[in-house]
Amino acid sequence: MIILSPRYSFKVPIYAECLSPDVFAGKSLEEVLLLQAWEGNKQRVLKDLFSIEGEVDNPPDKITMQIGGDIRKVRMIGARMSFGSMIIEGDVGVHLGWMMKGGEILAKGNVDSWVGCMMEGGRIEVAGSAGDYVGAPYRGSTQGMKDGIVVIHGDAGNEVGCYMRGGLIVIDGKVGEFAGISMRDGTILIRGDCEGRAGAGMFDGKIIICGHVASILPTFTIDDIRPTVKINDEKAVGPFYRFTGDITENGKGKLFVAKDKNPQLSFYEKYL
Amino acid sequence: MDIAIKDGKIVEKVNERKAKVIDASGMVLMPGGVDIHTHIAGSEVNAGRLLRPEDHFTDVEAKTAVTRSGVGHSIPSTFTTGYRYARMGYTMICNPSMPPLEARHTHEELEDTPIVDKATFPLLGDWWFVMEYLQQGMIKECALHVAWMMAATKGYAIKIVNPGGVEAWGFGRNVKNLDDPVPNFGITPREIVRGLCKVNQILNLPHTIHVHTNRLGQPGNYLTAIETMECVEDLATGMKPVIHITHCQFSAFKGDDWRTMRSGAEEIAKYVNHHTHVSIDMGQVVFTDTTTMTADGPWQYTLYELSGNKWINHDVETETGAGIVPFKYKRKSYVHATMWSIGLELALLVDDPWKIYLTTDHPNGGPFISYPTIISWLMSGRARESMLKRINKKARKRSLLPNIDREYSLYEIAIVTRAGQAKALGLKNKGHLGIGSDADVAIYNINPEKTDLSTNYRSVRRSFQKAAYTIKAGEVVAKDDRVVRSIDGKTIWADPGISSCLGHAQRSEVMQDLKERFRDYWTVEFENYFIPEDFLKVSSPILVTPEA
Repeated sequence: MIILSPRYSFKVPIYAECLSPDVFAGKSLEEVLLLQAWEGNKQRVLKDLFSIEGEVDNPPDKITMQIGGDIRKVRMIGARMSFGSMIIEGDVGVHLGWMMKGGEILAKGNVDSWVGCMMEGGRIEVAGSAGDYVGAPYRGSTQGMKDGIVVIHGDAGNEVGCYMRGGLIVIDGKVGEFAGISMRDGTILIRGDCEGRAGAGMFDGKIIICGHVASILPTFTIDDIRPTVKINDEKAVGPFYRFTGDITENGKGKLFVAKDKNPQLSFYEKYL
Repeated sequence: MDIAIKDGKIVEKVNERKAKVIDASGMVLMPGGVDIHTHIAGSEVNAGRLLRPEDHFTDVEAKTAVTRSGVGHSIPSTFTTGYRYARMGYTMICNPSMPPLEARHTHEELEDTPIVDKATFPLLGDWWFVMEYLQQGMIKECALHVAWMMAATKGYAIKIVNPGGVEAWGFGRNVKNLDDPVPNFGITPREIVRGLCKVNQILNLPHTIHVHTNRLGQPGNYLTAIETMECVEDLATGMKPVIHITHCQFSAFKGDDWRTMRSGAEEIAKYVNHHTHVSIDMGQVVFTDTTTMTADGPWQYTLYELSGNKWINHDVETETGAGIVPFKYKRKSYVHATMWSIGLELALLVDDPWKIYLTTDHPNGGPFISYPTIISWLMSGRARESMLKRINKKARKRSLLPNIDREYSLYEIAIVTRAGQAKALGLKNKGHLGIGSDADVAIYNINPEKTDLSTNYRSVRRSFQKAAYTIKAGEVVAKDDRVVRSIDGKTIWADPGISSCLGHAQRSEVMQDLKERFRDYWTVEFENYFIPEDFLKVSSPILVTPEA
């Protein structure tokens, strides 16, 4: 186990792509201390920014990194990681698990936007809440999250699973607007409420809303009412209204909305 | 053999004891590369940059002691564009589509494209003045306008994009063929092409008209391309070309729809082989993620419909239009693979390398950094075969490439990448190493006497990617894939001297007319439109004398 904690309170963003088990693997503590990161426009070595204790585990896939303290300004933690595990004690900055391919990240506090940006595998679990763009692609790109699992125990912001192409996102709390916008495939499970416009422009994939949602976009048509929905090996128990859309994109995505929590949607039943 | 360089020119000899000597024995030495068609600057390119942040973060270049930082794979930032060209041994590039209204922006960006010399072609094929004058048969007046436009925008050649079609697109339409009248103007694309070809001859501009044909990118358009070449056949005098068909691959589709689409390269090559009045460039497709951008609005709309990608559409007042769509060429797509094949077929079936030039229509067919790959395809049947194995099966079956044994020699490569292009552009001091020419030299670390270039196509590709030395105006600017010195390139423009086109009385009449209509047609005032010469950092006008 290797333990990192910031030496001082960071004022400007820290780009620390090197904070990943893939980079740490096979390095001695001395080498790790000299890894490079950017503080604003200044290049620093890791030992300037963090006090580092412990040692890099061996074999590499057993590497455990623990990062404590206030790291809300630290970005790109776990970027491109493909094995090992990271435990983050406090709140953390944007781009956690950027292009992550495998391994595990456990964040015990809140995380900023772009968790699991362009993720391709592995698992991210967040005990607190997440910002916007969970599992979304880089700005402008259509290559969203491809695989892997993101679990947020708190709430999430807008555009969860934007351009998502595979994998699973679970939000235990409530989410903002445009969950699953332009989604291509994969599954988003929202256990709490949704602010609306879920599935806008979706092509395919599955969105399950177990809480309240004020309205469904008019570009979704109702299919039927389902008692349960299968999510990988598990089941969400309903009953659910099942909608198909987004028809502006000729989409065949499925949007499930809990019937009991949404009596205002009961008028759809007459179209069945 | 030694090449002596002094004061930016190639000279007969220099004092060897004082001169700096570069030992290039066992290497290939060529004139600096010339690119006749590459979209690298201007509002269109910049809009493409804004449209595609995802194109930037995957390709980042850090700054060095002599270079600035930059980003971008298919649409690199201006400085990076200059450095990357220099690292490949290119020293002269032509930006082929500049809406005249955006000329200032284009020149500002060209100024920020270091090392290479550049020229830019204003889009004139859908300009209202041109169409109105041609419709009335007033060729000389039209020539005066074009001459003024050349000087006003500091342009180099007449670019025609989908003649009439871009204007028609302003009203949601397109033209179907060369004789389909342009709405509201009562003129056909044939008349525009012929008219501007005559104008080009009257003005005696160094390059021919630079034509992007009608119906570009539509199956069956090879006939339109041949018709376009045919329509100016009678205007040719002697052996001199009068028309350049650009990115010909996109105009060489046979068939009725995308499913029956096939290669029309054979027919086009046959036509080009039998005629001297035409030159073409490849517009080769490479399998990569790129950004398409052209003034051809209707075609970009079709591409948007095909791909479903985000896109930009733009209408430039009375002058032209534009569209931008990100696009990914896939090996496994029948159409894309066929397009890849067509480009190479054209290059290999046109017998005379002086008539066809290597381009990708950057970034439409692929970014310019893929030129070395295309060189390896041209030089090696094996390289082509190894790609053929990986493309769509149906496309492979229909491709003519397996039956073509031709492999380019290094001399032919030198022609299609520099000498031929310089000749077509009428650049007397570029594309050769004769005494008095510009000291633009590229040295590639490959020895044709020791290496079989056909089998070692990978090392061919590598050496053309990373020039051992690039010398620009007598200065070593790049060495072993590293820019060692950044200098400003020249902006070359054609100065037709508007005075001699017409008689004095007529001239002032035409200028008066221009001023009046400027008020009615443009958002920019006549006085603010003209770019003064001191706006250019390094201006290099080529004086052309119009025919009497």
